[in-house]
Amino acid sequence: MSTPANQQGVRVEVRDLRKKFGDHEVLRGVSFTVERGEIFVLMGPSGSGKSVLLKHIIGLEEADGGEMLIEGHSIHAEGLRDRYRMAMVFQSGALLNSLTVGENVGLYLREHRLKPEAEIRRVVAEKLAIVGLTGAEEKNPAELSGGMKKRVAIARALVIEPQLVLYDEPTSELDPLIAITIGQEILALRDGTHATSLVVTHDRDLAFGIADRIAMIADGEILALGRPEEVRRSPHPLVQRFLTADFKPKP
Amino acid sequence: MFRDIGGLVLLFWRTLQALPLTFRHRRKLLEQFYEIGMGSLLMVCILSVFIGGVLALEIGPVMVERGLANFLGGIVGLGLCRELAPTLMAVLIAGRIGAAMAAEIGSMTVYQEIDALRTMNINPIHYLVLPRLTAIAVGLPMLVVFADLVGWMGGAVVCSTNQQIAVGMQSFLANLRDTVELKDLAHGLVKTFVFALVIGTVSCHQGLATIGGPRGIGRSVTKAVVNSIVLILILDYFLTHLLVQIEK
Repeated sequence: MSTPANQQGVRVEVRDLRKKFGDHEVLRGVSFTVERGEIFVLMGPSGSGKSVLLKHIIGLEEADGGEMLIEGHSIHAEGLRDRYRMAMVFQSGALLNSLTVGENVGLYLREHRLKPEAEIRRVVAEKLAIVGLTGAEEKNPAELSGGMKKRVAIARALVIEPQLVLYDEPTSELDPLIAITIGQEILALRDGTHATSLVVTHDRDLAFGIADRIAMIADGEILALGRPEEVRRSPHPLVQRFLTADFKPKP
Repeated sequence: MFRDIGGLVLLFWRTLQALPLTFRHRRKLLEQFYEIGMGSLLMVCILSVFIGGVLALEIGPVMVERGLANFLGGIVGLGLCRELAPTLMAVLIAGRIGAAMAAEIGSMTVYQEIDALRTMNINPIHYLVLPRLTAIAVGLPMLVVFADLVGWMGGAVVCSTNQQIAVGMQSFLANLRDTVELKDLAHGLVKTFVFALVIGTVSCHQGLATIGGPRGIGRSVTKAVVNSIVLILILDYFLTHLLVQIEK
């Protein structure tokens, strides 16, 4: 396990990533690099392959072709997870329903026996306070709203002191006020720990609000990649349609 | 079911490799052990009394008619500890505990809790399968010893109270003591141990292999119970054959 003092974010490189589910090609040779400490947003419509890409980067899916490299080492390399601390915030939160909020947040520390019990309790309380859930340790996940579950999931990620954090649709199903809070927490986490952040979203406000760079993905291909203003100026018709689409009520 | 054999063997092997970590997961193991043992005790008790009683009721009158009443205790005793208690308790636990294991792990798979464990570098086999498999491997044989004792008492009560049989309790138990040896108990317990491993491995494997939503969980539960029972009954024959050869 890396020492907690090692707070530097990691460099992520995705090279020519390909994935098929049956006949459906979900990822068609996706390549990009995320620099250390950067907030990189993968934006695109639903079903464009964003979440599948994220699962490949953290090693939950096996690619049909291509490579995912963390600091130049394959994500599947022996001992990589012991060398670099990574965390993922799932769209649903993915809290363990059989555990309390406190047990969920402290799970990583307890299972890896990284700290004594009293210290774990202190860390859990501290991380829950950061996400605005002071005193929620004894609650069950079933008692929490969608936004609270996501904030607990972020607290669980914070406990790992990650060098790479992956967020899967962090603001979906949330009201705009909580969505802003979540966005601020992503920024605060990066500023506090210098972790590399990779955010998958179709929320344009979140993407342009927090990203250092944005990649626009559709049908398993990257259509535009660059700083937010560069993506905004992309001439690709699908990118423009996605960025400018708005609800127009009938007169 | 047979398509899954490779996956089952692999899961079992990986769990065996994790055995040295059992003490680390003792809290989860105790929770599972309580669920398997204490949670099933009353049901095991009721079933065993009636299994012993029915066995005595079926065999008793026939043996009495042929002047073999003195052997009734031994026959009921052997039948229970060598075959009926291990098999029927395994079937009961496959339905009760196997279904619960498949449902719990299946739901964790569907709702990405297993993925969350993996992202935290927590091995789901160590965290979920190891405590369950260890608990059932220890708990089921203990339940079967209990079932043997209660079943024998059920048989004794029926033999002594039924007018057609009318074999006294002392006579029944004396013949049982003379006939049933430690190796007969061991015969049943070896089979039970294997059945426990089958239930634990099949149920956890089905849970981990769950796909789809709630319907997928339901399918996994059904497959876990059916596959466990089919494998138990098939293995029962081969194990009995093997153990009888060894006993010779």
